[in-house]
Amino acid sequence: MTEPIADSATEELLDLTVVVNGVPRHAKAPARRLLSDFLRHDLRLTGTHVGCEHGVCGACTVLVDGQPMRSCLMFAVTAQAHEVTTVEGLGAIDSMGPVQQAFIECHGLQCGFCTPGFLTTITAYLEDHPHPTADEAREAISGNLCRCTGYQNIVKSVLRAAELRAERAGTTT
Amino acid sequence: MKPAPFVHHAPRSVAEAVGVLAQVGPEGKVLAGGQSLIPILNMRLASPAHLVDINQVAGLADVVVTGTEVRIGALVRHAQLEHHDEAYAALPLLRQALVNVAHPVIRNRGTTVGSIAHADAAGEMPAVLALTEGVVEAVSAGGTREIAVADFFEGALETSLGADELVVGVRFRRFAEGTGTAFMERARRHGDYAMAGVAAAVRVEDGVVADARLSFVSVTDVPRTLDVTSAFAGQEPDAVDWSAAADLVAGAIEPDGDIHATAAYRAMLAAELSRLTLAAAAARSVALQQHLSDSEGPAA
Repeated sequence: MTEPIADSATEELLDLTVVVNGVPRHAKAPARRLLSDFLRHDLRLTGTHVGCEHGVCGACTVLVDGQPMRSCLMFAVTAQAHEVTTVEGLGAIDSMGPVQQAFIECHGLQCGFCTPGFLTTITAYLEDHPHPTADEAREAISGNLCRCTGYQNIVKSVLRAAELRAERAGTTT
Repeated sequence: MKPAPFVHHAPRSVAEAVGVLAQVGPEGKVLAGGQSLIPILNMRLASPAHLVDINQVAGLADVVVTGTEVRIGALVRHAQLEHHDEAYAALPLLRQALVNVAHPVIRNRGTTVGSIAHADAAGEMPAVLALTEGVVEAVSAGGTREIAVADFFEGALETSLGADELVVGVRFRRFAEGTGTAFMERARRHGDYAMAGVAAAVRVEDGVVADARLSFVSVTDVPRTLDVTSAFAGQEPDAVDWSAAADLVAGAIEPDGDIHATAAYRAMLAAELSRLTLAAAAARSVALQQHLSDSEGPAA
């Protein structure tokens, strides 16, 4: 007789609490729940997209304590110790973040599948590098795949986002 | 593309972690940054019954620089070590190699010690540990042992670690004063696994090459140091033909071919990168010697 394969009926569910976009969010999920699936399936925050599920494409990138990380390469149970920011936390339709605004202005997306990963990655990058060159912008997005734009407009978006950040900082000080 | 079920353990101390490992034995796997392990779990290339998640273990996230070594704990992320200025000053090879480890986002989460324990022949940091003749610190319920790098790596993805052992840190040995280092690799796309990579350390003393060593990425099963001093000893760095170690390199590597590169192409890359890294390391050594003699003032 072979061992039965554990499934959701027999698998232990953990009470998980992860702070997402500043709000503690609870759900029950097994230990093997990836953070990406926890966000999408359990919390219904479908802004984070899941592409390759092995860390290559960058679509699922979220900010963990402000640092961009692959949510498909992290378990929700581990994320409990951290604050997670998803694309939903970067701005709203009537109050876009500078990177979101720049992507609209520069046509930095077509189908939009990869976009959440770019937005989170670039938002964190500009915190540390507020005035990148085009080459630096290209390097900054080297871990994210886009199959529509050819990257030209994404590089432009990074540079435009840097301008918008500087403009907004100027108007608030 | 979802991991098989496992029992998650979240120990808070090393003692607790090795206690769990002693209980679960070969059914257990240690999770640190997970940037290599979780893809393997997602693809179900491995399905351990127990995951010992050490991310909450206290005291494993320190970088300590001494006169002879750089010691890093098991939770030091690649990015943390890459941006550690004191570690860079003590052992520039660390940053020279780390900027080649995957992409910055992966380096934010992945740990250097985890990469070494994973022992992928395509990993940069195992080759750095080899070139620095480093030491791996392993703890089990039975006690602590130190494993010299020559006794640690046994094959591709294989080490001498026991199933009940946790690597709590590694120590990279600093090179002799005035040693220059360099690291270069070639991949199809920046950030991909390298088709070949080389780390070099060269010491020029009294105007001639006194020591030259290499270690390799992706062209040997086990990272180890190749001493190529004999090809250059006593020669002035400006006059050296840095390809003179090509036969030594060819004898030390055993590249495999795959869809990314043939074995012959990898061998050619390893030879050329050896030439380039040796030259770059020697140039740095000359600059360092110049700086040392300038700061000492006129020779007595």
